[in-house]
Amino acid sequence: MIAPVHHVVGLTSIVRERILPISGNLLVRQGQKVSATEVIAEAKLPREHTLIDVARALQISPTAAERLVRCKVGERLAAGTEIAKGKGLFANAIKVPREGTVVAVGGGQILLETSAAKVELKAGVPGTVIEVLPGRGAVVQAAGSLVQGVWGNDKIEIGALVNLMNAPDDTLTESKMDVSLRGSILLGGMIQNKEALRAAADLPARGLIVPSIAPALIALAREMPYPIVVTDGLGALPMNSAAYRLLTTNAKREAVINAESYNRYTGAKPEVIIPLPISSEPPPSPDAQTLAVGLQVRMLRPPALGALGVIEKMLPGLTVLPSGLHAPAAEIKLESNEIIIAPLVNLEVVG
Amino acid sequence: MPASLVDGNSLLAVDIGGATTRAVLFDVVEGQYRFIASGIAPSTAEAPFKDVSEGVKNAIENLQTVIGKSLLDSGRGLITPSQPNGSGVDALVVTLSVGATLKTVIVGLLKDVSLDSAQRLTSSTYTRIVDTISLNDTRKPEQKIDSLLRHQPDLVIITGGTDGGASRSIQKMLEPIGLASFLMPEEKRPAVLFAGNQKMEAEVKSLIGSLSSSVHISPNVRPSLETEDLDPAERELAHIFVEIRKRQIKGVDLLNLWSGGHILPTAYASGRMVRFLAKAYGGSKGILSVDLGASAASIAAAFKGTSRLNIYPQYGQGENLEHLLKYTTADEILRWSPLDISKDALNDYLYQKSLYPSTIAATKEDLAISQAIARQALYLAMQTARKNFPSDIAQIKLNLTPLFDPIIASGGALSDASRPGSGLLLLLDSIQPVGISTVILDQNNLLPLLGSAASRNNILPVQVMESGAFLSVGTVVAPAVIAAQNAPIMRATLTYENGSETKLELKYGSLQTLPLPNGEVGKLSFQLLKGADLGYGPGRAPKEGVPVTGGALGVIFDGRGRPLNLPADAARRRELIKKWQWALGDE
Repeated sequence: MIAPVHHVVGLTSIVRERILPISGNLLVRQGQKVSATEVIAEAKLPREHTLIDVARALQISPTAAERLVRCKVGERLAAGTEIAKGKGLFANAIKVPREGTVVAVGGGQILLETSAAKVELKAGVPGTVIEVLPGRGAVVQAAGSLVQGVWGNDKIEIGALVNLMNAPDDTLTESKMDVSLRGSILLGGMIQNKEALRAAADLPARGLIVPSIAPALIALAREMPYPIVVTDGLGALPMNSAAYRLLTTNAKREAVINAESYNRYTGAKPEVIIPLPISSEPPPSPDAQTLAVGLQVRMLRPPALGALGVIEKMLPGLTVLPSGLHAPAAEIKLESNEIIIAPLVNLEVVG
Repeated sequence: MPASLVDGNSLLAVDIGGATTRAVLFDVVEGQYRFIASGIAPSTAEAPFKDVSEGVKNAIENLQTVIGKSLLDSGRGLITPSQPNGSGVDALVVTLSVGATLKTVIVGLLKDVSLDSAQRLTSSTYTRIVDTISLNDTRKPEQKIDSLLRHQPDLVIITGGTDGGASRSIQKMLEPIGLASFLMPEEKRPAVLFAGNQKMEAEVKSLIGSLSSSVHISPNVRPSLETEDLDPAERELAHIFVEIRKRQIKGVDLLNLWSGGHILPTAYASGRMVRFLAKAYGGSKGILSVDLGASAASIAAAFKGTSRLNIYPQYGQGENLEHLLKYTTADEILRWSPLDISKDALNDYLYQKSLYPSTIAATKEDLAISQAIARQALYLAMQTARKNFPSDIAQIKLNLTPLFDPIIASGGALSDASRPGSGLLLLLDSIQPVGISTVILDQNNLLPLLGSAASRNNILPVQVMESGAFLSVGTVVAPAVIAAQNAPIMRATLTYENGSETKLELKYGSLQTLPLPNGEVGKLSFQLLKGADLGYGPGRAPKEGVPVTGGALGVIFDGRGRPLNLPADAARRRELIKKWQWALGDE
């Protein structure tokens, strides 16, 4: 069976296709070096409109109203600008109630775009633009250590990585954070209360990398002004040993925390990148691999949820699991040396 | 069926679910179509694969290892038609439920008329209503435009106006839709289905035809105020669903090519099959199909001359689980668990399973959580669907499930053939059938595939249904009654084909079974006590008895009353649930 790969890797080539949700303007060129927080493309997302019905206001037919309209699509109008005037000695004038851009004119009606949100697409990884996708985005390549997570709050930052964890199952508490951590990306423990999230915001921290977070805190975590990457899951899970080793050994280095939301269809995942100097491009890690003896895997469901292990034996046919269900399965030797049987669909390759 | 009516063509049917893809081969054996074998693989719509055809090819490869012949060539293309050396198949049909729920806006004139019809139409496929526009909508046109732009719907369904009736009001409601579509980037524009006043067809096409990704016109869902006709619009909606998926998900277009356009939404195909069964075999009771999968909970019911298809993506057991607690509470879910599970453990499960929908329960505790969630999801789906059933159907009380026979169950949680007792108890708890019903487990999820196959070969579904490809669990006897715990509510005698008899006294609150092997028909005579009702009136029973068919669990007597009330005391409730599990051989 082919399983997806969850990347926790010391040195790899990282290639990311970054695309705007709607068409817009590209701000970079092929070969350009970019930082992770650099805006590489932008677009305008219309948010509010005002519809002005000239025909109705002047109590004339749409055809007659159309002849009186004095603005064109694309025109930027200040509040109070006259856009149509009736006929006669004391004719009514129609004025624009708010500043806006004309986006449609027809049938004696004018549609003004009065507010738009700017969508900025950041590079997400510090590297080189290797391909431009006109009007949509770019492909950026970088090299470094990569730790992917399972949940993120859609923010991105760069900063020095500071380790606050003594063990993979530490809990991050308010008392562990002081003013000396201001502007750092914190490698903290499990988040089990809102005070820890708020204390990091008060510092303010540049970002937070945690193994797990209580589901009740998800809404608050989304509102935090700094990026949060959860490496292992929701609930009270320790950090997987591979991510813990890699992140703790890279403490004090500059890190990129891209807390992009997990999107099962595009493959976007929250991730932490530690850029490393290279003399030649390292090979990229595969995104999927056939499960086989010797591969390092992570358990996606109990027993040993979140634990890492190595496939010891692929079991033939269907195996009856302790739950009573029948499924293709493998014997996994966990890091604790315990051997468990897990269905193949509950495994994710780590590498 | 005479062999001459069978043209001998083999048919491969593929179902692409949110978690699993299944390839099933049907072929002619001794002059009759038979289910030959199936191959299963994880679905591959998601990253890193991002192409559903990969999962389909993997499932076909697994099928190949079972049947020992090639269906794919060396380049992994489908071999069609079948070759003299035995490789390949003659035809392919596909059903799919995979993909994110379609964001849908419904538009209608009046709340209790066209909007209600639009809502019912929408629930016949995998959709989520994100906005509703009607005559009663007090928002300004620009606010409607902004809402449409914010929601970026995949689909807009417009109803309203009886044929030849109001047109000016509908035209007014079309304007914001046209303007919003005009402002959207071309690739984000929604598909539009118009199922209103047929006089408006040309106007709809001219107003929004060029501004939507595609405009579809179907006959009016409300040709008159008193009449509702959803069937043609449901058919059109099924095609629109596939069209949208072709744009959204890579690989669907390849399967469309391989199948010659024979692709249907899974639940729609199941609904078609249930309608067919009602026509072919239906009696005074309805026919019910329930499917609980990763994408949705689906309830398809057919009655004499009418049918209802209801799809509830919010109750799917996959990526939507994260939001399940918007529709129910942790207590309501955990009341079904035989183990003491904490709310935290339930929360963790819901999030973890929504992150990894393909994963399965490996431990007893995980299974208890997953089955408690499945029970509550199906219970909610049935309660919602029941409100949508016609009023003139066979039923004992308005607040109970109508009389159905048979009940067909499919989907991972329900149809595991190795544990029929587990699936049956889940069904009894959530659907709470009343009266006497045959229960069939569709362990290979064949029902939608047969519904889809019917478009290519109308003999195949009949012959496969009659060939025993489904697992009969047995006959459920569930009286509607309220009595004191352990009070006798029914005395029954089961007479076997060889003339021997077995007797049983059913006590209130218990589940009991009498053996009756698969394929055997027995005669059940019974006396009802305490006003118990099996559909013949309180305390009444036919003098001549009723025929009952056997199955894996024989005849199952559910004396727990309707509606099913679980004890409030948690410890007692868990003990009782364990007893019920044991009664049905599920430990």
